[in-house]
Amino acid sequence: MNRYLLPLLAVIVMIPIMVLGLGSDPSNLPSQYIGKPAPDFNLPMLTDPSRTVSTADLKGQVSLVNIWATWCVGCRAEHGFLMDLANSDIIPIYAINWRDNRPDALKFLSQLGNPYTASGFDGDGRVGIDWGVYGAPETFLINSEGMVVYRFTGPLNRMLWEQEFIPRIAELTN
Amino acid sequence: MIPEIGHFALILALSLAVCQGVLPLVGAHRDNAALMSVARSTSFGQFFFVAVSFGCLIWAFVNDDFSVLYVAKNSQLLLPTPYKVSAVWSAHEGSLLMWILILAIWTAAVAKFSSGIPLKLIARVIGVLGLLSVGFLLFALLTSNPFERLIPAAIDGADLNPLLQDPGLAIHPPILYIGYVGFSVAFAFAIAAMISGDLDQNWARWTRPWTVVAWLFLTIGIALGSWWAYYELGWGGWWFWDPVENASFMPWLIGTALIHSLAVTERRGLFKSWTLLLAITAFSLSLLGTFLVRSGIIVSVHAFATDPTRGFFILTFLAIVVIGALVLYAWRAPALDSTVGFSPLSRETFLLLNNVLLVIATTLVLLGTLAPLIVEMLNGGKISIGAPWFQIAFLVPMIPLVLLLGLGMHTAWRKQNPGPWMRLLRLPAIAAVIIGVVLPLMFYGRVSLMLIIGCGAAAWIVISSLIQPVRSWCRKEGATGITRSALGMCIAHLGMGVFVIGVTITSAFGIESDRAMRIGETLEVAGLQFEFRELREVQGPNYTAIEGVLEVRDGGEFIGTVRPQKRQYLVQKNWMTEAGIHPTWNKDLFVALGDQIGDGVWSVRIQYKPLIRFIWIGAFIMAMGGLVTVTDRRYRKTVK
Repeated sequence: MNRYLLPLLAVIVMIPIMVLGLGSDPSNLPSQYIGKPAPDFNLPMLTDPSRTVSTADLKGQVSLVNIWATWCVGCRAEHGFLMDLANSDIIPIYAINWRDNRPDALKFLSQLGNPYTASGFDGDGRVGIDWGVYGAPETFLINSEGMVVYRFTGPLNRMLWEQEFIPRIAELTN
Repeated sequence: MIPEIGHFALILALSLAVCQGVLPLVGAHRDNAALMSVARSTSFGQFFFVAVSFGCLIWAFVNDDFSVLYVAKNSQLLLPTPYKVSAVWSAHEGSLLMWILILAIWTAAVAKFSSGIPLKLIARVIGVLGLLSVGFLLFALLTSNPFERLIPAAIDGADLNPLLQDPGLAIHPPILYIGYVGFSVAFAFAIAAMISGDLDQNWARWTRPWTVVAWLFLTIGIALGSWWAYYELGWGGWWFWDPVENASFMPWLIGTALIHSLAVTERRGLFKSWTLLLAITAFSLSLLGTFLVRSGIIVSVHAFATDPTRGFFILTFLAIVVIGALVLYAWRAPALDSTVGFSPLSRETFLLLNNVLLVIATTLVLLGTLAPLIVEMLNGGKISIGAPWFQIAFLVPMIPLVLLLGLGMHTAWRKQNPGPWMRLLRLPAIAAVIIGVVLPLMFYGRVSLMLIIGCGAAAWIVISSLIQPVRSWCRKEGATGITRSALGMCIAHLGMGVFVIGVTITSAFGIESDRAMRIGETLEVAGLQFEFRELREVQGPNYTAIEGVLEVRDGGEFIGTVRPQKRQYLVQKNWMTEAGIHPTWNKDLFVALGDQIGDGVWSVRIQYKPLIRFIWIGAFIMAMGGLVTVTDRRYRKTVK
């Protein structure tokens, strides 16, 4: 075959990759940790810096890990639903207060209520990097062995909760 | 009114670009001098109207015209004026307009400084550049008009992304774009040569300076970006193998290969089709760089537009340009190749190896960047390839490349006699190995195989780059000195050596320490005492900041004060880390302020970065080497 045609063929092979890449929705971000243990963290607790929240706390029950920040509008939007969820006692909600500052975060919780079993404080966002956080809010579903089962990006509400989380939780608790 | 003038000027620029893209090419085909001479005047006219349009957008920003959507989205009343100007290219529409402006500047420059080049060739070159302008102007006018109105007007803007409120990032995109777009000139020369079927050594001589200038801007642009990431992102790294960084790095690698391949084409009339292919690839990768950034197909912290319409437009444009060029290549390049032999031990061989290794390096970066897309296509889910993979994979072609570099520089064209060659290089090689062992051991007290390779390679490049200039320096006046072109090559290679030593020492001996610090406390990192003196509030023009003051001492001796800040910008409310850096020639002390952990206790990241400045200084020296090369007399000579 003519070697001068090779570059052309190489490009023709690459174009469908680009087109498909373009069509895919960048907000659909399955976590690379799905089916794997949740990335290790050990953070000072937001409400009490002398205590810590860590991956060890996630074991032994099905739980949620919610990534939030006071500067994030979506977090404010889902906060009411998280309060309802916490009051109904279905599942413990752990949280990582991501790239935030402590006084603001504490004020936020005192004004709007605190749905979290425990919230770790990740001010410089390093744990967020380990978890592959793309933008707050994000919610991870963790099984009793501490494995990531599902990742949800964006603000949660009741409808999405019933669609995306309830069936998965039912499966885990059976 | 002014924004409408800007919009209208852009439409006029498009009309002129159509003339510039069509008439000279037709003229060259029909041998019609009148049509060919349209090339120069239309390119000046197009440049004028694009500049007017760009000026109007700057006016809208400086005068806070929030009735323009793009201004309302990316600026704010309190923004300092220099950042209002740089906000013009902070997002998609404005950066596209800047791309168009820079293309127009390059075209006008080619039109102006080409008096020695035959009209037919220059008409084709400017014509091809005109067609590229048409594509980008259509892209702007159809999908991304920066002058779109917002009615009713906003009272205040949404502010410029605080990450971009920084002098480094204000000038990084223009310089990078000058580099990216500059490869369009080499591309146009390649297309012109393939259309005419005429590619001689003069062609290479005319193409070379334009390519070198584009390359040197790209070098500076990438180095600036790396420097910005270092002090602004607060992580203290200097290269993250992020898709957008890779997108600028791939054209650089290919551009470097192209410069070397052009040298062979110019001096020996060889590698012709290969040079053409590299010219096409360098520009295609520049377009791909734009494409990656614009469409957001690869998720990256840098990607600032996620809009499929734009993605499809740029992809179609990319496909037309690349496939068109490669069809032309498959059709015309076979006839251009000449078969002149060269001996296995000759400069041609080394330059060939240089090209092969650079292309392998580019392929590795490309694979690493596209692998997530390919895996997703095969339904393997989303993956990301991390820096560790790149760091190891990239060394495979790079180590032989730097070792061969020193050999190739001292090898003659056509055929090198091994005897004198060995005698010349024996001493530098031995010296390099000794330095490779001694340097890390003496200054940093530790040595390993990678350190010997890194430091030895750096010493090898530096010594072999200095041989020629030092010899010509020592020679008596009147003797034939070194040409500017050869001197430029030596300087650029010297820069490479400086860069390698910086990378080696920083990655081996850098120290990072994340600690909780109480005000008044002293910590010891890398044998230096960091005392956390105080914490205070600082008021900036459009932000408030908490500033830590740390004094650094070495034993009793005071070294300096570093002032890391955490800034909160007033409009967007997000927190930005502004690292405090105490730079000296041989090390950086880098302190970033984390968060308040308790009462008067803060998390602090202290880093000791030996020789990290060498990385950017090395890149800058490389670029200066390019600058010296283009001042060579033979590029100013006109041919009869």
